[in-house]
Amino acid sequence: MAGLFDRMRGRASRSSAQEAKERLQFILFHDRIDLPPEQLEAMKREILEVISKYVSIEQDRVDIALQQRQRDSLIVAEIPFSKTSEADSELVAELREEPKIQLDDADE
Amino acid sequence: MGAKVVTVTSGKGGVGKTTATANLGVALARMGKRVVVIDADIGLRNLDVVMGLENRIVYDLVDVIEGRCKLRQAMIKHKQFPELYLIPAAQTRDKTAVSPVDMIQLADKLRPEVDFILIDSPAGIERGFRNAVAPADEVLIVTNPEVSAVRDADRIIGLLEAAHKGPGRLILNRVKMEMIRKGEMLSADDVTDILAIKLIGIVPEDENVVPASNSGVPVTLNENSRAGQAFRNIARRLNGENVPFMQLDESGNFLRRLARLFGQT
Repeated sequence: MAGLFDRMRGRASRSSAQEAKERLQFILFHDRIDLPPEQLEAMKREILEVISKYVSIEQDRVDIALQQRQRDSLIVAEIPFSKTSEADSELVAELREEPKIQLDDADE
Repeated sequence: MGAKVVTVTSGKGGVGKTTATANLGVALARMGKRVVVIDADIGLRNLDVVMGLENRIVYDLVDVIEGRCKLRQAMIKHKQFPELYLIPAAQTRDKTAVSPVDMIQLADKLRPEVDFILIDSPAGIERGFRNAVAPADEVLIVTNPEVSAVRDADRIIGLLEAAHKGPGRLILNRVKMEMIRKGEMLSADDVTDILAIKLIGIVPEDENVVPASNSGVPVTLNENSRAGQAFRNIARRLNGENVPFMQLDESGNFLRRLARLFGQT
C-alpha cells in the first residue's frame, strides 16, 4: 500500500520500511521451514519433474508460490495440465498445419 | 496455584528486556500486586542496577538453588514498594549453575506467596533462555522495529510454539513515530503482520528511559513519560484488564498522511 502512495507521488523507490518488511517476509519464510532459497528452487523443479512423468503440464502457466497464513508456512502450487496428451500432440500439430497452408498470406 | 509466572525474553540482546521487566514489576507493584522479579541472566547481572537495588545484594539465585541460603534471604525488598522483591542473578557463575527443573521448583515455591513472578531472560536461545522459560505461564517477547530484532523474535516464537509454551505476546519497544511517518521504520502493524502474534504493548522511544536507568528508578514511575505510560498499560493488560492502545501513530496521523499524499509536508 505504501508503494501505491509512493507511485502516486511520483516516487519510484520503495520506502525503507517497506523494504525491511519484504526482506523480513522472505528471510522468515526460509527460517521457518529451515530450507534455503536455492534448495527450495531445486525442490520446485523436482516436483514439476515428478508430475511431468505422469501427465503433461503447461510449463509457462505454472505458479508455485510461498505463503504465510498466520504462523503456518505453505507452498501453494497451481500446475495446469496440458489440454492435450502427449500422444495427441502430433495429431494436433498436423491439424494446426492445415489452415496454415490456406492462410499462407495472412499474418498468422 | 497462586502467582502467574511471566517470562520476558527476546532472542536478540539490547532490545529492552531488562528495562521492560523492571518497569512491569514496578508498575504491577504500584497497582498493589505482590511481585517477585527474577534475574535469570546468570553471569551478567543487570536487573538489580535498573531497579536501583544493587547495594542490597547479599545472596543470589544460585545461592538459593544450591541451598546456601533460604529463599527469603535472597529476596531483596524494593525501597518504595514493600511487596516487590528482586532475586538477583549470580555475577560470578555461569548459566549451567541452574537447570530448567531448578527454575520450575523455585517458581512453585514462590507461587503461593505472590501475585506475579516476572523472569528476565538472558539473550540467546541457549540454557539461560530455557531456564527462564521453563516455569512460564505466559511469555512476553520484546522486540524493536528492526529487521534483526524481528527475525530473532520470530525464532523465539517458533521455539515457544514447538515447546507448547504458547505463541506469547509481543512488546514492541523503542518505536519512533516520526520515522514511521516517513516510511523509515516498520510500524506496529508491519511487525504484527510479519510475526502473526498478539501485541501486548507498544513502547515509544523516550528520552526519559536512560536517565531513569541512570538513577535506578524505572521510568514507569515518571508520570510524564510516554514510555512509562506504555509500561503501566502493559502491566494492566497482564493483569487481565482491557486497556486500549495509546494513540501513537498509524490511526492518529491520517490527516498528516493525506497531506503527504498531496505533497504538503
